[in-house]
Amino acid sequence: MTKVTMTVNGKPASGDVEGRTLLVQFLRENLRLTGTHVGCDTSQCGACVVHVDGKAVKSCTMLAAEADGAEVTTIEGMANADGSLNTIQQAFQDHHGLQCGFCTPGMVMSASALLADNPRPTEAEVRDYLEGNICRCTGYHNIVKAIMAASGQDVGAIAAE
Amino acid sequence: MPKDHGIGASPKRREDVRFLTGAGNYTDDINIHGQAYVAFLRSDVAHGRIKGVDTSAATDMPGVVRIFTGADFEGVGGLPCGWQVTDRHGEPMQEPAHPVLAQGKVRHVGDPIAAVVADTPEQARDAAEAIEVDIEELPAVIDMKAALKDGAPKVHDDLTSNLCYDWGFVEENKAAVDEAFGKAAHVTTLELVNNRLIANPMEPRVAVGDYSRATDESTLYTTSQNPHVIRLLMGAFVLGIPEHKLRVVAPDVGGGFGTKIFHYAEEAFCTFAARQLARPVKWTASRSEAFISDAHGRDHVTKIELALNGDNNFTALRTETYANMGAYLSTFAPSVPTWLHGTLMAGNYKTPLIYVNVKAVFTNTVPVDAYRGAGRPEATYQLERVIDKAARELGVDPIELRRQNFITEFPYATPVAVEYDTGDYHATMDKLLEMMDRDGFDARAAESQKRGKLRGLGVNCYIEACGIAPSNLVGQLGARAGLYESATVRVNATGSISVMTGSHSHGQGHETAFPQVIAEMLGIDESMVEIVHGDTAKTPMGMGTYGSRSLAVGGSAMVRATEKIINKAKKIAAHLLEASEADIELKDGAFTVAGTDKSVAWGDVTLAAYVPHNYPLDEIEPGLEETAFYDPANFTYPAGAYACEVEVDPDTGKVTIERFAAADDFGNVVNPMIVTGQVHGGLAQGIGQALLEGAAYDENGQLLNGSYMDYAMPRADDVPFFQVDHSCQTPCTHNPLGVKGCGEAGAIGSPPAVVNAVVDALQRAGREVTHIDMPLSPARVWAALNG
Amino acid sequence: MYAFDFEKPGSIADAVAALKDEDAQALGGGQTLIPTLKQRLAMPSKLVSLTGIAEMQGISKAGGEIVIGGATPHAAVADGVAGDYPALAELAAHIGDPAVRNRGTIGGSLANNDPAACYPAAALGSGATIVTDRREIVADDYFQGMFTTALDEGEIVTGVRFPVPEKASYMKFEQPASRFALVGVFVAKYADGVRVAVTGASEEGVFRWSEAEAALSSDFSPAALDGLSVPADGMISDLHGSGAYRAHLVAVMAKRAVAAAG
Repeated sequence: MTKVTMTVNGKPASGDVEGRTLLVQFLRENLRLTGTHVGCDTSQCGACVVHVDGKAVKSCTMLAAEADGAEVTTIEGMANADGSLNTIQQAFQDHHGLQCGFCTPGMVMSASALLADNPRPTEAEVRDYLEGNICRCTGYHNIVKAIMAASGQDVGAIAAE
Repeated sequence: MPKDHGIGASPKRREDVRFLTGAGNYTDDINIHGQAYVAFLRSDVAHGRIKGVDTSAATDMPGVVRIFTGADFEGVGGLPCGWQVTDRHGEPMQEPAHPVLAQGKVRHVGDPIAAVVADTPEQARDAAEAIEVDIEELPAVIDMKAALKDGAPKVHDDLTSNLCYDWGFVEENKAAVDEAFGKAAHVTTLELVNNRLIANPMEPRVAVGDYSRATDESTLYTTSQNPHVIRLLMGAFVLGIPEHKLRVVAPDVGGGFGTKIFHYAEEAFCTFAARQLARPVKWTASRSEAFISDAHGRDHVTKIELALNGDNNFTALRTETYANMGAYLSTFAPSVPTWLHGTLMAGNYKTPLIYVNVKAVFTNTVPVDAYRGAGRPEATYQLERVIDKAARELGVDPIELRRQNFITEFPYATPVAVEYDTGDYHATMDKLLEMMDRDGFDARAAESQKRGKLRGLGVNCYIEACGIAPSNLVGQLGARAGLYESATVRVNATGSISVMTGSHSHGQGHETAFPQVIAEMLGIDESMVEIVHGDTAKTPMGMGTYGSRSLAVGGSAMVRATEKIINKAKKIAAHLLEASEADIELKDGAFTVAGTDKSVAWGDVTLAAYVPHNYPLDEIEPGLEETAFYDPANFTYPAGAYACEVEVDPDTGKVTIERFAAADDFGNVVNPMIVTGQVHGGLAQGIGQALLEGAAYDENGQLLNGSYMDYAMPRADDVPFFQVDHSCQTPCTHNPLGVKGCGEAGAIGSPPAVVNAVVDALQRAGREVTHIDMPLSPARVWAALNG
Repeated sequence: MYAFDFEKPGSIADAVAALKDEDAQALGGGQTLIPTLKQRLAMPSKLVSLTGIAEMQGISKAGGEIVIGGATPHAAVADGVAGDYPALAELAAHIGDPAVRNRGTIGGSLANNDPAACYPAAALGSGATIVTDRREIVADDYFQGMFTTALDEGEIVTGVRFPVPEKASYMKFEQPASRFALVGVFVAKYADGVRVAVTGASEEGVFRWSEAEAALSSDFSPAALDGLSVPADGMISDLHGSGAYRAHLVAVMAKRAVAAAG
């Protein structure tokens, strides 16, 4: 066991982990931050995406020990300071960008990373960026729409209101 | 102006807030103090005789609590099948035992042999690897037709063959159908495969068993679409625990699509082990494990023949289907290729004579059961493909061929035993034509051609039967369960309402849509209504959510219970207003004496019910809580017309979906936003089936695509924005809301549209391709182009 | 995963020392290794993370070559070489998905040498030099078949030097599920000739298509490839495509790469 210390959602967090402990296990089991989900074991579904030092990573494919000293943000740290939904979260609700909710945390974290890099992505850029996030419920239509809306674009003309 | 509340409005989903902030409560988020973890040792061969299981080395490994094998379950029941099909000759299907842990033989890769309970998940897995299993590998049967040959290895030694049943429907029509084929002016024949799919809800299955020595009560937390059904099946048939000592909780569930309907061995195991060990026991599937333990879907091999007369009217339809059951009968598996498939073979058309033959076959593969649409996608796909092929053979417009054969008068009794209550297939086709811009196709095709691409257009219709269904009817058909739904409407003293529903929401938004109905009926604010579901300790006996039934059946139960509430509340209001009950009207949340300005507010009536000081105690009881069980009089019949435009890259065979339009008739719609979302998701799954997905086994029974590295899930760039419309509405005539159900339509209606479009693209390019089996992967399309 | 120790040295020397332990294994970004460990397909005693070694990070230029630190993630390569070597940047920008690109490293990819990975095509197609803690290996000697390289036990890819071509492009036809290359072709035109490297297709891993190189060296146009094909024998044949299909795609992707290189 080794001790890891990191900042998670702005608060210091530490714990003893094995070498093989994944970041997602540390978040879910040690810190009880269960908003980050595990949907596969081959690093493809993206339900586990969190931000480490500002970059989107798959927390099921990173050892907790690798995040020692890092700034980690999870879905639990995304709302506004007053607890209200942030712009991306609100857009997902406004545009019905989620159904069962299981992939949603990863979708929001990826969307947030995308908009940080590319504040007004095209539809194609959004779809391309979501290559590592699988949703089985929505057909992606409303996820793409929500992300474009969150970027301030007018999505009123998109089919199927 | 769209409504802003009540039925027909699209309020934002209230459940979204917890899901968007990481506050959802999924089964894997539940941890009980002191819990131990399970790892299953699963068969890595498809078929074998277990000669010995040596757990001695594993038992001594760190953290191991106990190791269970098939022997521990010898006095325990097997996993039951919930539907008995009777074959063509009046004999019951062959029904093999399905032990919780394998006994004697393993029958598919993934069949659980032993289970290790240990202090940590990794310790459990370490010990599972240390178990020594001596298996004599036997030849596996994978191909269905080979499995039925004389001398084929038997999946179950105690059955007479690998044939589960040979079903004929309607058997009495067979001779007349054959005769009609003899007289046909034209017969179109198509042989096709409906590919095996894996549902893949993003949340893998999880089970947590708990046991209280204090109360002798077991609790199972599980990823289920129907906790009461699990309680019934597991309690009564597997573990022998009476309902009052068994609670099943399905909290937030991360998608189901059918595969979380069924009762699984892991649920029974965790409940059993928790009792044995008096310790909570948790199992969380990895995705790899899900691929070989979740029930799969589809997997039909079909020959369909369509007979037409000289006027191109359909005169008869004949099909022969081989349906894969896998190694065991999953909970509702026998019903899927029969009653959920044969009964839909009329489609939207007035074909007078239909005969459907289905041979259900055991193979050494994972059990196959309902997956989104269940039977109806298989029916729709073969019917809409053979009609398209017929139109091409006859040189007629595929849309016009469909139109001339549409059923136009309702109610309509099909020759396959169901009665469509209502519909308007021309209306959805008209709407579709408006949406798809057929006139602009040629210009778009020319533009594609400039870029070296082939463009094609595919159109089809679909009908489905939802809201399953009258219990007395399904009982006659072999169901071993009732198919009603329940609701308890509990009005609290201050007027707020808790609705305990037997339906289960795992993405469908019941927590938002159901209150819209209650609020509309009572004229109160939706925020006063809370939906409670997914816990057998809290809700009345319910059958759960599948088959697009929640609103049609569960919603109807809720309406009935609310009507009882209104009746009682009117009695209370009449007393308070010193008026006759007959004169009381409920409007905008207040009870008024008709024709006067005398009224009493909703909250005053509900308070009186619980503080019955001024109350007709001699006439009615205090309190305001009512339960209703609703058993539908018929199925509901959503229908629609879909169009798909594809581009094919002739150099690589890659197909891209350029446009997709869906015009559906779901009857009345409670929340258009949610309905649209359901269609979107169904379309992506149908497109996934058509282009990407397909579980593949090698001849030894190894699943070749048992992870997302090889099983192609639709991703964001595989689909376009969809055009979806549900403004054509012929309300269901027999349920109080006039609703039909929308959850499966997209998955049912879209595969034929995609395949029709690709065939169209290839034929426009001069290729003599009449069919390609799904999934239309680049390699397959390229092979067809160069065949 | 089986249990293992974890170490994160700060220098190449310390990493080399740490890797001397029996069954110790280097950990780059872990985007392939960690899924492999989850399947319990490897049992290292210790993982030695290379992500904390500053001297293995980043991109520089020296002597007309681009030098990329072995622990540089794909996303940093995509950003960092966009101006100097756009084809390499494009390739890096389409490996895996964004989250994978933030962790996965060029050194890890080259050390693993997955037959469907993209970087081997770039390295071989560019005639790159693989720099390790103890030597330099030219790409032609480095790749030795599927998952096999010239690296010795405990040897670390500390960097890669890419000569910058006049023109280059990489075309990838994705396997529909994994999105790895079903076939990927990297074409690079240098003053002394054209190099064509193919990934995803062959049972022998990444390879140079010499016939195409010769044709393109005399005429760098898609038409120069007309009639050329690689034999289907030795091509990977699986669920996603036959050897013949992959062989066909090699020619299609090569032409497209030449066209895109301009």
